Amino acid sequence: NPYAGLVSHLRASWLSGKTRPMEYRVAQLEALGRFLDEKKQEILEATELDMGKPSFEAFFTEILQCKNELNVTLGGLCHWMKDEHVDKNLVMQLDSAFIRKDPGGVVLIIAPWNYPIQLFLVPLIGAIAAGNCAIIKPSEISKNTEGGVAETLSCYLDNRTFSVSLRGGFAVVTGGVPETTSLLENKFDYIFFTGTSRSPPVGRIVMTAAAKHLTPVTLELGGKNPCYVSDTCDVTNVARRVVWGRFFNAGQTCIAPDYLLCTVEMQDKLMPALREAITEFFGPNPRESPDFGRIVSDKHFRRIRALGGGGRVAIGGQTDEAERYIAPTVLADVLPSDPAMQEEIFGPILPIVVIANMDEAIDFINARPRPLAIYAFSFPHLPFPCPSQVVNQVLERTSSGGFCGNDTLMHFTLTSLPFGGIGNSGLGKYHGKFTFDTFSHHRGCLHRNMGLETLNTPRYPPYTQQKLGLLTTTFEVKRRGTCTLL
Amino acid sequence: NPFAGLVSHLRASWLSGKTRPMEYRIAQLEALGHFLDDKKQQILEATASDLGKPPFEAELSEILLCKNEGGETLNNLSYWMKDEQAMQLDSAWGGKDPYGVVLIIAPWNYPIQLFLVPLIGAIAAGNCVVIKPSEVSKKTERLVAEALPIYLDKGGGAVVTGGVQETTRLLENKGGYIFFTGTSPVGRIVMTAAAGGVTPVTLELGGKNPCYVSGGGDVTNVARRVVWGRFFNAGGTCIAPDYLLCTVEMQEKLLPALHKAIDGFYGPNPQEWGGFGRIVSDKQFQRVQRLLGGGRVAIGGQTNEAERYIAPTVLVDVQPSDPIMQEEIFGPILPIVIIANMDEAIDFINSQERPLAVYAFSSDDKTHVPPSCPGGVVNQVLKRTSSGGFCGNDTLMHVTLTSLPFGGIGNSGLGMHHGKFSFDTFSHRRGCLKRGMGREPLNGPRYPPYSQQKFGVIRATSKVTRKNDCTLL
Repeated sequence: NPYAGLVSHLRASWLSGKTRPMEYRVAQLEALGRFLDEKKQEILEATELDMGKPSFEAFFTEILQCKNELNVTLGGLCHWMKDEHVDKNLVMQLDSAFIRKDPGGVVLIIAPWNYPIQLFLVPLIGAIAAGNCAIIKPSEISKNTEGGVAETLSCYLDNRTFSVSLRGGFAVVTGGVPETTSLLENKFDYIFFTGTSRSPPVGRIVMTAAAKHLTPVTLELGGKNPCYVSDTCDVTNVARRVVWGRFFNAGQTCIAPDYLLCTVEMQDKLMPALREAITEFFGPNPRESPDFGRIVSDKHFRRIRALGGGGRVAIGGQTDEAERYIAPTVLADVLPSDPAMQEEIFGPILPIVVIANMDEAIDFINARPRPLAIYAFSFPHLPFPCPSQVVNQVLERTSSGGFCGNDTLMHFTLTSLPFGGIGNSGLGKYHGKFTFDTFSHHRGCLHRNMGLETLNTPRYPPYTQQKLGLLTTTFEVKRRGTCTLL
Repeated sequence: NPFAGLVSHLRASWLSGKTRPMEYRIAQLEALGHFLDDKKQQILEATASDLGKPPFEAELSEILLCKNEGGETLNNLSYWMKDEQAMQLDSAWGGKDPYGVVLIIAPWNYPIQLFLVPLIGAIAAGNCVVIKPSEVSKKTERLVAEALPIYLDKGGGAVVTGGVQETTRLLENKGGYIFFTGTSPVGRIVMTAAAGGVTPVTLELGGKNPCYVSGGGDVTNVARRVVWGRFFNAGGTCIAPDYLLCTVEMQEKLLPALHKAIDGFYGPNPQEWGGFGRIVSDKQFQRVQRLLGGGRVAIGGQTNEAERYIAPTVLVDVQPSDPIMQEEIFGPILPIVIIANMDEAIDFINSQERPLAVYAFSSDDKTHVPPSCPGGVVNQVLKRTSSGGFCGNDTLMHVTLTSLPFGGIGNSGLGMHHGKFSFDTFSHRRGCLKRGMGREPLNGPRYPPYSQQKFGVIRATSKVTRKNDCTLL
């Protein structure tokens, strides 16, 4: 077990208590902020090398969003860390009852390649804020970013070695599947994994490894995120918002709209609008646009290219293996049995599946594994902000990690919304305070007075009816008047 | 997969949406209250038969505590169900969705409470539920299997009976949520099975809950509170103080006080009196009896196999290597382990697996806090250890507050419940955003072709600035 020493050093570090004072946590978080500022250029370059990520996108997702999470956390930390005092019953009025936020201990964060900084850094922010030590395992697929993180992050985070047995709170581990497998043999106090829901089912493997040590996990996986477009729509704006969400990062986004559901009439209306949006964004030849990314690896390129069989290529379809370029592509008349509908696409292909009406769309969605996100577009008959019936129906009659009406991806940008999957798309949630809570143990605490023993006598044997009556009176939670029904 | 039909029937029920309206949930929760009222006598008799549970204790733990959870939930359900608005945007909120079909696996020691309290939360959150009571507490299992379905809506829940094999088959069904209360080894098996479906779990397990008694002060109350916690339900309580840590001087003071408390509570012959429980099965009896080897019996020690009776027992001269310190006792034996001082006690606790509860007794009050001990002994132990929950100067009582989360950490479990925490456990928090179809120019800056100017606008509009520093704790 090559990492046993590292893990036990980190555990000693945690047990020493050094990662717990607020000053320490604030210092680490501020150091992460400096990492983002000072290494910004390197991050933009590395992600461009890894997957042709446009700098604009990288700046937004890898720098700006991370800094937002940092600022929310630094601003909220002292409140989040405080003991939460809770309601007490009659007997405990003079006692102290509160929830103490304890760190879990040593956490493992495993990140994927598509947003290679954000998807380890945002969990790390919460882990640090909650007082933990952490091992960060960036993805080996985004090689340049992995190398950059391994070299530079340690300059910012406390990874000093004080002695043979005492060290700072953080470490970066690099490597591929064998290294991750070895890492997972160790006992961690929390494992935070972001990765694929496709085969091989790594989320399952991680949770099985965690089960051996009874380690709690958060699994941010993925799925096929449906995007229902109702008939009553302004196609121009729908097309732009859908095209943006689907082709951002060349489609390699866990919450990207994976496939469209609409009637055959809407498909006909949408197609020219989609074409126009693609041209507006990427020009007549997206391959020459600096704003359109590439596929991260040959293996993924071939995988995605194979998904293009089936349906009819209505827009795009061009590929170039040398560049790992796949044009922004729309497939029409796709059948549920086609390749594009068998797995999460994770690439710049948008299949359109035709359904007859909203009920069919909802049934179609509910017949499939629950996705990370559901999108529904409907132009309301009433002026905004009155909610649209269609959007509400889809929301209420489906189940998914998250939901966005009349747009794509944008729910992800609010640090005040919980982000996580359900069913096959994952378990657990984070962002903002939810990350802090994920990595904290909420410890129920009661601190009683050693006196006032007479208050305790009714609970002691020998048992009598009279004692029982007294206990019932003092402990009983009475039913209040009924709430007004929602 | 013999339960596939049942689970898919419940899943269809959930998909139909019938378990979601608040009226439905309230009706089910009120039905559970009627179950507790109507079947109270049968519950007391079944638990008395299964584990000699004194009716007083059963009424407290199986009836009153459950009714409190029900009352708390019914009082607050409409607030808990409300979407949580995110910041000032009235079109962004965190919704509370049910998971679908929840599986609740309960143990034998508090056989009603330990399925019913999670059940309350699962129903309150809009789920369908499969309840698997313990086959070890046989009479209670039969009562639940026969009576509970009469109260619950058929489309909303079902009771499944059986042993290890049936539970294994049940665990093959994927999706939803699994709530398990039991031992750590079985907890591992449950979580491994859950991993196959990436199913979220709560595991309420156990451990050896240390109870540190510091020097000074009147030991009478300490003894009463410790004896009560240890011997309630004949020691079959996951949060019972499992072993005592104190100095040799404190042990000298404590032993007579423990003796006096035991006599006062259970009389000179606890076996004859109806207020002290029995061990649930021959297998458990033999397991607990074996733990008596090692150390020296200072109080009690008598056993009777026919009755599965073990007297309230205190062991002294216990070594960390003795059998009784190798596993959770879950029986009416209290070993005392000698340490030199508080630091040693804390080190000992931290060298073991993290328990479900840590207890610390200290008579220091705010005027007599030793300068070496900021905040007092209780606060030091709290701060320097890690456990599911904590109680200073008493035992068990922290779980009677529905406002405190109840759950383990490390080997003692993961997840939490009670009160609103049960509702939250069984709800999926769904981040939702609803936007208008108009005002498209506001979206313009995010679309390609990208430019510095666009980026400036994005940064200005979406940036979160750091608020003023908090005052340091």
